[in-house]
Amino acid sequence: MSSADAADVFHLDGHDVPFTTGETVLAATSRAGRYIPHLCWHPDFAPHGSCRVCTVRVGARLVPACTLPAATGLVVESDTAELRHLRLRLLQLLFVEGNHFCPSCEKSGDCQLQATAYAVDMTGPHFEEFYPARPVDASHPDILLDLNRCILCSLCVRASREVDGKSVFALGGHGIDTHLLIDSPSGRLVDTDFAPTDRAASICPVGVILPKRRGFAVPIGERRFDQQPISAAEEGDP
Amino acid sequence: MNPSASLKLPDGRRRLRLATTSLAGCFGCHMSFLDIDERLLMLIERVDFDRSPFTDFKKIGHCDIGLVEGGLCSVENVQVLREFRAHCRTLVAVGACAINGGLPAQRNHLDLGQILAEVYRERPGLAPGSAVPDDPELPLLLNRVHPIHEVVQVDYFLPGCPPSADAIWSFLNDLMDGRTPHLGHGLIRYD
Ligand code: SF4
Ligand code: SF4
Repeated sequence: MSSADAADVFHLDGHDVPFTTGETVLAATSRAGRYIPHLCWHPDFAPHGSCRVCTVRVGARLVPACTLPAATGLVVESDTAELRHLRLRLLQLLFVEGNHFCPSCEKSGDCQLQATAYAVDMTGPHFEEFYPARPVDASHPDILLDLNRCILCSLCVRASREVDGKSVFALGGHGIDTHLLIDSPSGRLVDTDFAPTDRAASICPVGVILPKRRGFAVPIGERRFDQQPISAAEEGDP
Repeated sequence: MNPSASLKLPDGRRRLRLATTSLAGCFGCHMSFLDIDERLLMLIERVDFDRSPFTDFKKIGHCDIGLVEGGLCSVENVQVLREFRAHCRTLVAVGACAINGGLPAQRNHLDLGQILAEVYRERPGLAPGSAVPDDPELPLLLNRVHPIHEVVQVDYFLPGCPPSADAIWSFLNDLMDGRTPHLGHGLIRYD
């Protein structure tokens, strides 16, 4: 079917969403200017399907919208009490698994994890804090890596491999021990060919990969998601 | 605060009792509470202050609302928190530190003994014989800083560092009017 075919729509919470052949439910939804909360998906990259925040209901099944192929007549539920609650719990788990002290984070107000938590009305963590001991890698002259805030979305992995052609990052370990690896003999960023102009340097949706010597260029309270909720903001990194 | 004040409001509703405390916090949330400015006059039409820096009561009485700023850094923090929980119908974790430990919790991956030694014994410029304070009146520190919901049931969380005066005012009005508090974009902030 051609993309202009009027039959090429699926239904999201009662709205018709047009799609093109091969598009996923999340990609088409986002292109149509509607919002399904998500973290590890980015319009420029193939889906990873790991954060599960974009989970939607199709009949009896719960599936991530980022990997679900759009199909004519598909009935997709997203903005329901059940799914809002599931996303809230997923976000609370992500917060307690890392060390997220937003008041001292340069990404605050511009952070997709924080803004998505605002969007699901997350006021508190619900779970016990892990307070994991995670390193900060300040070895690189231009880039700071604060792994306390990594949500393992793999966007830097994908950007470095697919756009920069470098494979500076990888995910290693299993389960709760999964962590971001730096591909250098020392395991430090300074010993890679990473450059501040890399796509991977600006892709991180949270406050892990940060440029050095730039703080509070935009005051707290005037940042991207302070201005408008993430549901209304432009898709992708700024 | 004012024992002669009527227990009923003119419209028949009961006056509410409110207590506040700062545990391992910086009093920033209390300062933000004061930033509701002239709205404080509207507030005291509807509530009486129990234990709080406003009254300097040392013991908490039975309250409708307890606002707790700060996390748990010492055994005294835990004791005060438990008293608040036992006396407040609705207990609210106010601000980043009460909610996830906040700045004090950034010591959690360090050894407490090592921190005390470095600050009180090994820092350059200390007087000879300097030692870790051990006066029996000093509350013992906890090995790790904890958010308050890890020790008592918390009814609501009011995030922010501090929550803005507008967020505090909106939250209190929801509570006083019997609505489930809802902040919404602009008022829900973690920074
Ligand atoms: S990365 Fe986002 S959620 Fe984590 S501390 Fe920074 S602003 Fe907060
Ligand atoms: S560093 Fe950032 S982009 Fe990379 S995996 Fe962690 S959260 Fe994702």
